[in-house]
Amino acid sequence: MATAEITRSIDARGMACPGPLMALIGAIRTAHVGDVFEVLSSDEGSKTDIPAWVEKAQHELVEVVPEDGYARFVIRKAR
Amino acid sequence: MADDTFSLILFSGTDDKLHAAAVLAVGAAAMGRPVNVFLQYWALDAFRDDRVRKDHGVAPEAGEDGARAVIEQQNTTHWIELFEQAKDIGEVTINACAESMELLSITADDLHPVVDGVWGVARFFMEAGDGATFI
Repeated sequence: MATAEITRSIDARGMACPGPLMALIGAIRTAHVGDVFEVLSSDEGSKTDIPAWVEKAQHELVEVVPEDGYARFVIRKAR
Repeated sequence: MADDTFSLILFSGTDDKLHAAAVLAVGAAAMGRPVNVFLQYWALDAFRDDRVRKDHGVAPEAGEDGARAVIEQQNTTHWIELFEQAKDIGEVTINACAESMELLSITADDLHPVVDGVWGVARFFMEAGDGATFI
């Protein structure tokens, strides 16, 4: 699959749990269906929380990429 | 409220416990669960509008390093902001215990706007359904 084009990047590195998830929720609320978000998070909780929330909220987790000291989550707003 | 309501009774008024409770409230709200928060005693006292941002200390087991970490945490994201975020993203109600209000001579006007109202304990349990968590 081709790499999704990022509509907006959210650099939440350094934020404590649940900061990165809250930043994503806030951004997705005002977005359009199909928009793609990239969240950079160094918070360990994000590894479980972002996928759980994306599933519950019925969006799409495009990919999770471990980087050096943080992770990159790519999410598509699906509804 | 719905069957999956997350009910939380807050008794302690230290910043660490209030923050932990606020994180739970945000998480439950994010996952689509109704949240029912009941404030008693020192937790209620911490929600006085003119005291919310004051240093409420930490639990005795925190130690000096723990206390410092919590102060830093509050300066970054204060627990009252987390409760506001929880209300913003989900169905979250926060109510004061009527008995605690009387004990501490607090009136509804004294409370931070994040508090929705004053309930008796029976009303809280009516809304709580099957389970409640005590912090």
